[in-house]
Order: sequence, then C-alpha cells, then structure tokens
Amino acid sequence: MSDTQSHLPSLADRVRRVDVDATIVGMHFLGGTPVFVLGEEALLYAGDRRIGIHAGAILSSASDGTRIVTGGDDGKLFEIDADGHRELASDDKQRWIDQVALGPEGAVAWSVAKTVHVLARKGEERRFDAPSTIAGLCFAPKGFRLAIAHYNGATLWFPNAAGAQPERLEWKGSHLGVTISPDGKFLITCMQEPMLHGWRLADSKHMRMSGYSARVRSLSWTADGEHLATSGSEQLILWPFDGKDGPMGRQPKILARAESRVTVVNCHPRHPVVAVGYADGAVKLVRIDDDALILVRESDGSPVSALGWDAAGQMLAFGTESGGGGMLAL
Amino acid sequence: MPAPESASKIPVTVLTGYLGAGKTTLLNRILSEPHGKKFAVIVNEFGEIGIDNDLVVNADEEVFEMNNGCICCTVRGDLVRIIDGLMRRRGKFDAIIVETTGLADPAPVAQTFFMDEAVGSKTKLDAVVTVADAKWLTDRLKDAPEAKNQIAFADVILINKTDLVAPDELRELEARIRALNPYARLHRTERANIDINEVLGRNAFDLDRILEIEPSFLDGAEHHHDHDHDHDHQEHDHHHHHHGNGLKHYHDEEMQSVSLKTDRPLNPDKFFPWIQDLVAKDGPNILRCKGILAFKDDPERFVFQGVHMILDGDHQRPWRTHENRDSRIVFIGRNLPEDRIREGFESCIA
Repeated sequence: MSDTQSHLPSLADRVRRVDVDATIVGMHFLGGTPVFVLGEEALLYAGDRRIGIHAGAILSSASDGTRIVTGGDDGKLFEIDADGHRELASDDKQRWIDQVALGPEGAVAWSVAKTVHVLARKGEERRFDAPSTIAGLCFAPKGFRLAIAHYNGATLWFPNAAGAQPERLEWKGSHLGVTISPDGKFLITCMQEPMLHGWRLADSKHMRMSGYSARVRSLSWTADGEHLATSGSEQLILWPFDGKDGPMGRQPKILARAESRVTVVNCHPRHPVVAVGYADGAVKLVRIDDDALILVRESDGSPVSALGWDAAGQMLAFGTESGGGGMLAL
Repeated sequence: MPAPESASKIPVTVLTGYLGAGKTTLLNRILSEPHGKKFAVIVNEFGEIGIDNDLVVNADEEVFEMNNGCICCTVRGDLVRIIDGLMRRRGKFDAIIVETTGLADPAPVAQTFFMDEAVGSKTKLDAVVTVADAKWLTDRLKDAPEAKNQIAFADVILINKTDLVAPDELRELEARIRALNPYARLHRTERANIDINEVLGRNAFDLDRILEIEPSFLDGAEHHHDHDHDHDHQEHDHHHHHHGNGLKHYHDEEMQSVSLKTDRPLNPDKFFPWIQDLVAKDGPNILRCKGILAFKDDPERFVFQGVHMILDGDHQRPWRTHENRDSRIVFIGRNLPEDRIREGFESCIA
C-alpha cells in the first residue's frame, strides 16, 4: 500500500545506491563483497568494479559464498572466485547455458536445452538427458543428488550412481523451477501456471500450492527450514514445512500485503526475516513472527529483480530491472 | 531516471508458412532493408538457409499444455524461456521475429503472449504473417492441415512466387484463401518482395486497433496504402464484398468463418456467459475470434479478441454520436456450429 509505505520505518537513506545501465539479474556475495550479476556480459563488484565475463546475456547464476558460476547465451559457463574468473565449459554449438547450480563439495551443474552436465571437483563430467528442455536445477542439501525441473514433472538424478535409474516425479504441466527443502524431505517446483507443486520424497505424495496472481519465479527457504518464502502474489506467501506433512492441508502465512506484486524473495541466513522485492521497485524487510515491516527501497516503478544476503546476514544488496541497485549494511 | 518499464513493449511478429513457401526469404528481406531497426530473430533449429542477423536464437518448438484441463491451452515453452533470456539484452533490439517451422501451429505461439504473464508484460504479439506458395498452396490445403491452420490464423498473408503461376490460377488461389480467412490482408509477392510496413507494426492483436471488422480484399496486385493512420475509416469500403471484385466464391468443408451482426444492443449479463460457454465447449475448433459490441445502456464500445479458449476484452472508447451502434463478431474455425452460434448470439440481444 503506497500510502502506508511512507509511514513505515525506513532504512532507505542508509542504502548505498548503485546505478548501472543494465538489468540486474542476480545478486551474490563473494566473501563479504556484494556482486551484482548484470543482464549482459558483466559482474559488478561492490557496485563499482565491473568485470566483463560473457559475450552476451547472462542467463543464470548461482553462488555458494566462495564462488559464483554463470551461464550465458554465448554458450559458456564461467566460474568466478576471489582469484578471478575462468571458463569451465563451452557448448560446441554455442547454445544457451540455460540453468546453473552449485552443489556440495564444489560440484557444479549446468544445462543446455535437454541435457544437464555435472562436474564434481574430483571426477569426470557426467551428463543426463531430460525428456524436455530443463527449466530448473538444484542440488539436494545432502548426498550427491540433482533435482531437474522439466515438462510434466521433475527428475532426481544421482550422477555418481552409475546404472541407477533417475527417479521421475510426475505431474502434468510445465515445471519452471525447482528447490529441495533443507531437510531433504520435500521437492517443490514452480509451474507455468501460477502455482507450486510439491512431492514428499519419502512416498511421492503430491501437494499443490496455489492462489497466486502470477507465475512464481522466486523461492527461498527460511534459515530454520520451516518455511518456504515465495513471490507471485501481492503479499509474501510462506508455506509451512515444519511438520512431516509439510503444507498439506495447511494454510500459508500471508505477510507484507501490498498493491504491487512480490517479484523476488530472499530469507535472512540466520533470523526469521525475509527481504522482499516488489514489481513497483520497493524493497522491504519482513519479520515473520509479527509482520513488522521496514522499508529499504522506495518504489520507483522498476521491478526488483535480484536480492541477496551475505553469509552472516549483515548486508543486503538488491537490484532492479532498470539497473537500480543498492547495498545496505545492517 | 530510468524509463518506466511499461513504456514500450517489444513487438513480436510471427512468420509462418508451409515448407518452402519463402518464410526465410521474407525474413532475410526484412532484416536487410535499410530501416535502421534491430531485430532479435528466433528461428527453428532445422532451418537450411542462413539468417544474416546479429541476434539469432534457435528454438526447438516445445508445445506445452497448460495444467488446467484444457487441451487447447498450449504455450510454446521455448518462447517463454527465450523471451526471458532475450529481455536481459533489452536495448539491443527493437522487435522480435519468430520464424516457425513449416509444420507449426501458430496458436500456441499466440497463446504464449496471453498465458504467460512475464512474456505478456514485456512483449506484445504484433501479427501472424503467413507466407503461402502460389504454386503449391492449393495442394497443401488438401493434404496438410497445418497449411490450412496457418492461413486461417493469419493477419497478413503473402501469396509468394506469383511469377510461377498464371493469373487465373492466382485468382483461384485467392478465392480459396478467402474462403478460409476473409479478414487477413492479402498480398501478392515475388521472392517475398514486400514493403516491410505491410508485415511489421500491424498491431493485429491490439484491442485498441480492433475498429472495424470487415473482410479485407485484394484490390490490385499489391497492398500499398494504409495512409489513414487513425483507421477510423477502413480502406476497404466495399459493401458487396463476397460477390465483388469478380472473385469466385469457395466454401471449405472444414474451415470456415462465421460473421454475426446486430443493430440491437446486447445484454452483457447474457453475452459474457454465452461467449465463455461457447469457447469452453468449442474452443478447440475456434482458431480466432474478434468482436465489437454495443451493450444496452453502455456509452462505450466493448472490444474483444480470442485465440481458442482465451478471450481478451475491454471497453475501448465511447460510441461516437453518428456511429451505428452495431455489434459484430467473427469466428474463424473448424466445423463451426454456425446455426447454434447464431442462435446463441441472438439470444444475447437485450
């Protein structure tokens, strides 16, 4: 609600502004340094040092806090860390690297159309062909398992288990993103329709999470793993995952109501607080317990497209589709 | 300050046409004209002819059903993904052209712009342009359902390779095309040679541009005008349309258009349930529909359009004082139950 926005406690004047002439598509931290991933070519360190990486669009990025991987429309996969950047892979037909993910023990996964590749720090590259173009990748929190979202479901693949059949989780429709709960019990996908679909991995029991006004494009687990924060509605939707049944038969928490749609969410790494970005450009901090709000960025009409916390949760950085970035030390 | 995001949606032109009709020739012609525009081009993976453009993306034409129980609610999954990727390079291009394979159905392409919020918020479908081979289209209409779909769905049709057929064959072909789709703009071309303004910037899916629904006619060898940019007076003022111009009148057994008109105001409480029920039941057979409606006691005209089951409508503007408050709807589709549609429409009269 824009009229109440001005009455919120605000940290907006403590934000160090970053303005770039590009869409900001990802937000990561290397050590304590915020790194803005730009829509084209470059990363921007701490808002002022621009490092060219790709020869074209940066389509996806992931980070584990010590390194970042990026996939581009130049068909290249790059790894970036404190020592610099290097090419990890290159598609021989220069096809898009659509999705990337980082996993345990330095493993990296990336997809080109229907094929996913996994490279463990020790070991050779392995690949797997999904039934359709891969639209989401994530590693399971434990073990060496990769979740792959695609048309009509998701697949759990064990890259090191030679000969083992990947586990197929089926649900009709197009699945465009995937995450696994921190306890490893639930796998959730974002669908083309404005809803999430979930499976309890122990018994493949289905769960549907709906009620959104738009496709859900951003998911984030709270630090305690008890809630999944989601975009796609004019409020922050948090699904409960604290019991053995997850959200089955339960209502989500609904916080931070606004007139504008939530576009990005990112949970604080330690506390029950969620950073929420809206389609109108506002960024707010939301305390889960009591829905207390703090304004971090005033709305300016450009959708927030990236949000990130440093590992300690002492700095929040964000960016919008029109290049309006910011860094807030807490 | 950055410009507001909604200021300009990137227009998307869809080029369809059966194998060998000349889609890629048209595409290369568009790209090579000295128009100063930059295009992002999405082509199918198996094209044989090279595309001379900086930004070319290969698509794999993945048609995905929506999980809503409706078999005709399909989207092109590859377009959802590719347009999201392309929008990261905003500013590098002014428009997008999608070239489909010869066997592609244009409907999932069009539906992607209505069904996917992210695609629809950043881009807009401009028109479906179909290239037809003057020599072979008649045969393809008999043996290839895809070819018929592409003609029926089109906003603009190029009858290409006209130099390879005799004038009477050409007239015959035009009559066949008209039987399938009386509303598209028809152009005769050789080697896809056409003023690109006839192909791009058509706003064929823009509700604000649905001003008149009249059959379009080929008046002369090629269309060239469109000087009346306010479009309040459509250039085709032929009143004796179907029988004018010496065109033969064909009827296609399978694909037809149904046109409805009344000068009596409609009851919106009857109309909306009727049209929603109609597209829910007959949506798979209805390729396109458009309408301009006059509701009782409503000072504004209501316009709508649809692709299969998806309807998109809004009030457009106040009726003008001397304007006839007629309601008109057209449907193009397969085996349309014309009598039932007509009866249903008439029952909506207030």
